[in-house]
Amino acid sequence: MNPGVATVYRWELRKLRYQKRTYLGLGLSVIVPIIFVAAVSFRNGGPHDVAFGDYIDRSGLAIPLVILLFGAIWMFPLITALVAGDIVASEDHNGTLKTILTRSLDRGQIFTGKALAATTYAIVAILLDGAVAIVAGTLKSGFNPLQSLSGTIVSAPKALELVIVSLLVYLIPILAIVCIGLLLSTVTHNSAASIVGTLGFSLIIQLIGILPGAGSLQPYLLSTQFNAWQGLLRTPTDWAPIIRAAWVCSLYGLPALAAAYVVFLRRDVAGG
Amino acid sequence: MDGAPPIEVRGLVKRYGEIVAVDNVDLTVEAGDVYGYLGPNGAGKTTSLRMMLGLIRPTAGHVRLFGRDPLQGAKALEGVAGFVEAPQFYPYLNGRRNLELLAAYDGGGARDRVDQALATVELSGRAGDRVGGYSHGMRQRLGIAAALLRAPKLMLLDEPATGLDPAGMRDMRLLIRRLADEGMTVLLSSHLLPEVEELCNRVAIVRSGKIVYEGAIADLKRGAGATYRLSTTDDERALAVARAQAGLTDVKVDSHGYISFSADAAAAAELSQALIEAGALIKLLAPETVTLEDLFFSLTEGDAPASPDGPAQAKAAVPT
Repeated sequence: MNPGVATVYRWELRKLRYQKRTYLGLGLSVIVPIIFVAAVSFRNGGPHDVAFGDYIDRSGLAIPLVILLFGAIWMFPLITALVAGDIVASEDHNGTLKTILTRSLDRGQIFTGKALAATTYAIVAILLDGAVAIVAGTLKSGFNPLQSLSGTIVSAPKALELVIVSLLVYLIPILAIVCIGLLLSTVTHNSAASIVGTLGFSLIIQLIGILPGAGSLQPYLLSTQFNAWQGLLRTPTDWAPIIRAAWVCSLYGLPALAAAYVVFLRRDVAGG
Repeated sequence: MDGAPPIEVRGLVKRYGEIVAVDNVDLTVEAGDVYGYLGPNGAGKTTSLRMMLGLIRPTAGHVRLFGRDPLQGAKALEGVAGFVEAPQFYPYLNGRRNLELLAAYDGGGARDRVDQALATVELSGRAGDRVGGYSHGMRQRLGIAAALLRAPKLMLLDEPATGLDPAGMRDMRLLIRRLADEGMTVLLSSHLLPEVEELCNRVAIVRSGKIVYEGAIADLKRGAGATYRLSTTDDERALAVARAQAGLTDVKVDSHGYISFSADAAAAAELSQALIEAGALIKLLAPETVTLEDLFFSLTEGDAPASPDGPAQAKAAVPT
């Protein structure tokens, strides 16, 4: 069989299974919802200052949504960056780029396989977090109807469906973070620099959002797109923020991805 | 391309800012050659090898492997394998898994060659251990195994014996000899001159990024001429006879008190006749073997590199 992108993708996933950082990221995805549920059980309610914060005692389905809100600040960008920021740079660290670039695959195929593997990991991490949050939330507060942001009551099965779709919409800005992580990983040749850089980029964008007078920029900041899923929790569904998230995130992600691809194709592999 | 040489390098240059790492290198490796690529540290050998494998882009000039440009992608590396500097692997995977990954990236029948490659480099017993725990020598051997997976016609090896113990070096030498005997073309970058002398039929000697000699080792040695040592019952008279004798050059008394001169075998035989006639009886008349090491140092340590025109120039730089 001729090797191709699928070969690289399969082996990248296999390599991820052998690396500690993968389990660090996925472990965070599992443990954070459990700690969150434990914490709110002891506190008896709250947090009251965020959307759905008042409902977490009434419906377990509010819990994954509150975690999505908190996770956007640094947790999900970090979990994403752990692999996206490392997946090219670790080859530099191990000196293995020269090993794999002298086989029968083109650089473009190797990069594409890596990008797909980093994306797969990010999707698994978010969905795993959502699944654990749904189960832990339901165990704590029951599988009950949820009040939407418009004040209407949504039945429990419909609310579950909306939570799942919200997780998928949440992946839009996550994929932009994957692209930025890949770019830094390719350019810096250094895992720590690209992971910290990706997280730093995400935090700086949020800080720009709270600067006085930056209100008009708000809809175009990457951090804002992490709230796009809230459109689903309105009656009728507000698609505008979701559509905006799709193109705004493309503007962040696609140039970064294209730049990473070109740099990877043309760079000198002088180390290792 | 049929008939194209395994490696053809023309006008290859690599500049890093002001520094010229590789300076207008030309070389040709023909099918069946075991080609030594020699030079001191920092002479640009590894940079050249990286360009040959398409890992870095030349500033000028080009490389062709069997007529194909390695910058054009993986297809150009068909039938080519090897490593530059120390071979590197994923430390968290075991030896076999690393080879399986590379075999998957090679495609074709590479997957079926994993066991055989491990056996060839005598790593079958440790194939289940993580590479992170391998010694330097084991990684070198795994590097050879990884190259063998590609069933290459051309193998580029960068200092394959560096860091190995004497037994490891001997095994590596035997392995390369065996591969060459099986018809593989090998380019061997090395510091180890006796190794190159034993294994290689042709060499390029590189100094400060420039080739100072390219050709057959035999031609290089022939060009250098033979040096003789002479001791007689009357060295004063013998010195005078030698200086007067046709066909002898560079006649002098060396640091050990012997008379030394350069000559071919016929001129040396005629000298022995002349010495007997002059009454200086020969105690010792012996050719000194010129080693590749002598030639290497003369070419790489002089004030200025000799021009790369071949043995004639090399001869001028050889100590006598």
